Amino acid sequence: MKSVQELRELRERTKAALAVRDREGGPRIVVCMGTCGIAAGARDVLRSLLEELERQGRDDVTITQTGCKGLCEREPMIEVLIPGSAPVTYGSVTPDVVKQIVDDHIIKGQVVSEYAIAIGSEGN
Amino acid sequence: MRELSLHILDIARNSVEAGARNVALTVVEDPERDRLEITLQDDGRGMDAETLARVTDPFYTTRTTRHVGLGLSLLKATCEQAGGVMELTSTPGKGTLVRCVMGLSNFDRPPLGDLAAVIQSLACETEHTELVYRHIVGDSEFRLDTMEVKRELEADCLCAPPILQWLGRHVREGLHDLGSRA
Ligand code: FES
Repeated sequence: MKSVQELRELRERTKAALAVRDREGGPRIVVCMGTCGIAAGARDVLRSLLEELERQGRDDVTITQTGCKGLCEREPMIEVLIPGSAPVTYGSVTPDVVKQIVDDHIIKGQVVSEYAIAIGSEGN
Repeated sequence: MRELSLHILDIARNSVEAGARNVALTVVEDPERDRLEITLQDDGRGMDAETLARVTDPFYTTRTTRHVGLGLSLLKATCEQAGGVMELTSTPGKGTLVRCVMGLSNFDRPPLGDLAAVIQSLACETEHTELVYRHIVGDSEFRLDTMEVKRELEADCLCAPPILQWLGRHVREGLHDLGSRA
């Protein structure tokens, strides 16, 4: 079966990535997946997030999800947590905004202030 | 919601939030009987009779319990518009079963949409919640069991980008080979 072969190859690759992640605690991105988040497009945000991370070869990022945060009008929302810096919550995130967040925030460490709705302790 | 897969994601998220360790999603496309059947079974916290009655009442849920259950009332309305029904059974402490039946060719039935992205989303939770996804079209079946994938990868969870991407492609291919047209 082709998929088993693919999985074996994937195993080697992910083992290395997961080891780095466990050792150094890589970035974490939390996607809000409550009902209104989903209705507003959170699933497609997650999809483009994965595509963007793949394009950039960032195997070390952890993706998690959370439920409703009570800010429906700012959905879809994601939170970016980079070890050693303040967590940032982004609102009204579209697939295009995702690209910007990955390029600027995940890769270069610069907050995309246009879409940031909270910086600091909030959440997590 | 404009796709059934978004409803599926939403109710599966309820399962995750209800502490389910196992979620079974089954989609059956039956062209012969012109039926589309979607079932989601979990072993989460479950609901008592009163909550159960409430979660499908859109007026009650939107006002008082802040969105919890809103998705179920939306799904129920969608099923009924598409000439079908939604059944909800739940036992406190045991789990919940949601079963939807719709006319496959019904004009008002939303498309299934991007189920692969839904599976990717649910796979992010595999540290705590396992998913068995079965998709049946006529006599053929596609099956994905996150526990098997984890075992094969020797990983505790699937929430790493390369794994999630592989899963997405695997599901897309699987559904394509299956000839899913819903
Ligand atoms: S899901 Fe309700 S505000 Fe996010």
